[in-house]
Amino acid sequence: MTQLRQASRRDLFKFAGAGVVIFFGLKGLADAQAQERRPPYPSDFHAYLAVGENGRVTVFSGKIEMGQGVLTSQAQMAAEELGVALSSVDMVLGDTERCPWDMGTFGSLTTRMFGPYLRAAAAKARSVLLGLAAKRLNVPADMLTVKDGVVFVIGDPARSVTYAALAKEARVTEAVDEQAVLRRPAAFTVMGRSPKRLDGVEKVTGEAKYAADIRLPNMLYARVLRAPAHGAVLTRLDTAAAEKLPGVIVIKHEDLTAVLHPDPEGAASALSKVVAAWRKAPSSLNQETIFAHLLSAATDVRAIEARGNATSKPVRTFETTYHKGYVAHAPIEPHAALAEVRNGRATVWASTQTPFPTRSAVAKALGFEEKAVRVITPFVGGGFGGKSASLQAIEAARLSQITGRPVQVAWTRAEEFFYDTFDPAAVVTIRSGLDARDRISHWDYVVYAAGPRGASLFYDIPNVRVRSAGGLAYEGEAANESLHLFGTGPWRAPGANMNVFAIESQIDTMAAAAGQDPVAFRLQHLTDERMRRVLQACAGAFGWKPARAPSGGGVAVALSIDAGTYVATMAEVKVDRSKGLVQPTRITCALDMGVVVNPDGARMQTEGCLTMGLGYTLAEELKFDGGEILDTNFGSYQLPRFSWVPPIETVFVKNDTLAPQGCGEPAITTTGAVLANAVFDATGARLLRLPMTPERVLAALAAKGRQASAGAA
Amino acid sequence: MTSISFNLNGKPVSLPGGDDRTLLWVLRTDAGLTGPKYGCGEGRCGACTVLVDGQPVRSCAYPLSGVAGKRVLTIEGLAKNGTLHPLQQAFIDHGAFQCGYCTSSMLLTAYALLQETPHPTRDDMISRLNNNLCRCGAHLRILDAIEAVSKPMGARS
Repeated sequence: MTQLRQASRRDLFKFAGAGVVIFFGLKGLADAQAQERRPPYPSDFHAYLAVGENGRVTVFSGKIEMGQGVLTSQAQMAAEELGVALSSVDMVLGDTERCPWDMGTFGSLTTRMFGPYLRAAAAKARSVLLGLAAKRLNVPADMLTVKDGVVFVIGDPARSVTYAALAKEARVTEAVDEQAVLRRPAAFTVMGRSPKRLDGVEKVTGEAKYAADIRLPNMLYARVLRAPAHGAVLTRLDTAAAEKLPGVIVIKHEDLTAVLHPDPEGAASALSKVVAAWRKAPSSLNQETIFAHLLSAATDVRAIEARGNATSKPVRTFETTYHKGYVAHAPIEPHAALAEVRNGRATVWASTQTPFPTRSAVAKALGFEEKAVRVITPFVGGGFGGKSASLQAIEAARLSQITGRPVQVAWTRAEEFFYDTFDPAAVVTIRSGLDARDRISHWDYVVYAAGPRGASLFYDIPNVRVRSAGGLAYEGEAANESLHLFGTGPWRAPGANMNVFAIESQIDTMAAAAGQDPVAFRLQHLTDERMRRVLQACAGAFGWKPARAPSGGGVAVALSIDAGTYVATMAEVKVDRSKGLVQPTRITCALDMGVVVNPDGARMQTEGCLTMGLGYTLAEELKFDGGEILDTNFGSYQLPRFSWVPPIETVFVKNDTLAPQGCGEPAITTTGAVLANAVFDATGARLLRLPMTPERVLAALAAKGRQASAGAA
Repeated sequence: MTSISFNLNGKPVSLPGGDDRTLLWVLRTDAGLTGPKYGCGEGRCGACTVLVDGQPVRSCAYPLSGVAGKRVLTIEGLAKNGTLHPLQQAFIDHGAFQCGYCTSSMLLTAYALLQETPHPTRDDMISRLNNNLCRCGAHLRILDAIEAVSKPMGARS
């Protein structure tokens, strides 16, 4: 505590003048994140929230805004607990010099894990300010209340003092070292509402700045020489022609060859004059052969869940293998950074989900101490996990250090596809079984390469074994490093999309075999009341009509628990049997995410999840030949378009007794399963591989036809 | 060096270059207008959309020389005297964006549509916007926003 206070006073000098500054110890937060199996935070803390003399409140958060709406929702949380109007809150996000350390914006953690600390800090600030007001007004603090930043005596509102006035005179620091009393949902005036997004005007006027929009005097635009394939070795390099171009600077430093020019097209043109030859690493792997490789190479098997005897013999056995290819993040904003390295200090504006780890990486690359590096995160044009890695920031910083001028590195779309850290291709094998009464008795499950998120069962099954092989290569498990030929990384609800697709397809298969309605069959195996409520809410809103699948109606359900949130999704599809096209016609998604901080924001995230999910479900699969990425742009790699998106209805199942849970990822996890199940309900054909491209749908329909005629014969 | 004269957001400008320079990069560097974004460089995603004589063009694949003597409108020119265009307000009201990176292209494409067709059907909107990519999944709300504004704009015209 002493140490905390000392450091607090030191940090306070960052803020000129008087004001109330709230610090909070990060130990609790570190514990919370350690539970998520992340590395712990350092024992360090920074100012978190400041009430200025003008009455405006500044909130400092290491989280970043990439579209998910946390600029607004964090402001709502702070405003609610502090007792000020939302319009008086200013947000500073993702600036390593001004914001508290944070590991990164991912995992639907901002509201769920960081939110409680933000709210506690704001609640503490409110209590400190009420204490000051009590002295000023000469009444006990419990006779005071606050509205819109004005403290007044309950029953005598004329006796009042503003936060601004209190902040003007007081110079107070407080550390959040105890459980602050949070406001109850019933009393909310800012949380639980849907104010317009605070980034609206900037984003509709073009004023919003992204990393590639930052300009500095004398800056250079860089283009970096790239290998044609991962694992390729440079055998010849000739930059003479590029060097002759006016204004071009060529940098060759260790592994980095780059051309720089005051104009971005000048740099691109210079790069086209660089002659390089490469020796590619031989490999027979591609998007078809990768699965056999994963099965043989993913040798470390981790137990996730086990009970009963999953290897004993059920009455009826269902053995299925599911596949999914690599999927790109493909944010519309490619990675970009501007770096200025000068006088032993580096400032980097980066499109990143991880400003603090990026600071560490930049410092290491430059040979600087971390405190000499500042990472500033402007608006990020979509991340989805793909901007957790920020190679472009390191490249820009290195080139600025070498040239002594500000340098922008902004990746082309082809570079974005090449250096993306893809959602890994994955395989799931399931051997499940029904007993004599058509209840699920057995479940033996292995996921290869996708990791265990979403693999645990919430159904009541007596004999269960769930295992994960090949883990996640990007989580530093050495055994998995050879699994992939190129980078893989977290992709919106990492692993859960594959696991939920496999689990919920298998449950549906057994429901059909048991001759039961898919919803009734699930309810028979669910004692979790939260999940039962969510499923029933979804069925009610969707207008579910019980029927055994395939009913021909093209309707289906899928369930998931992700980031603490319960999800039930129902969808209806039309299948064009001659072309193999799957067109969703409506989707209903019910969620229990605890307290909903901003309902419209949560609806946006849910719609965004389900829309993005159409991509990995229907079209997105990376094509590659060894280390060469064959998809280089949106011609061959198709993202969901306006014409794909059906009406989406979002239903929140009220659960105000539970703190806010995750929202940015849960709904997407159900997309693959619900649409695969809907295709089955429409046609009787079961799709076991994502994406369900027209070719695969046609092949499944043909196989179904052959089965039917064989059955008839 | 040659230069190209045109009208940019209502003001006459003359910017250096010709066939050798691409409209997007001239706008983003020389003109300092960063509303038009780079997304793919091949005219496939639409993030770079600007209007040339009222028609949406992919500025990442459009030579500077192509705008000689023409009117270019970027997102920076849509609000007038600090007042948002009704489409911009509708995008805010309907939450028709998330990350915002494709937003300027969606707004300008929708604006051009409404100039031609004041009362577009939902299908009109979809076919006009279908080659503008949004990764966040704001599609339904973008359509809702355009729909909401189409009647008042039609009534005024």
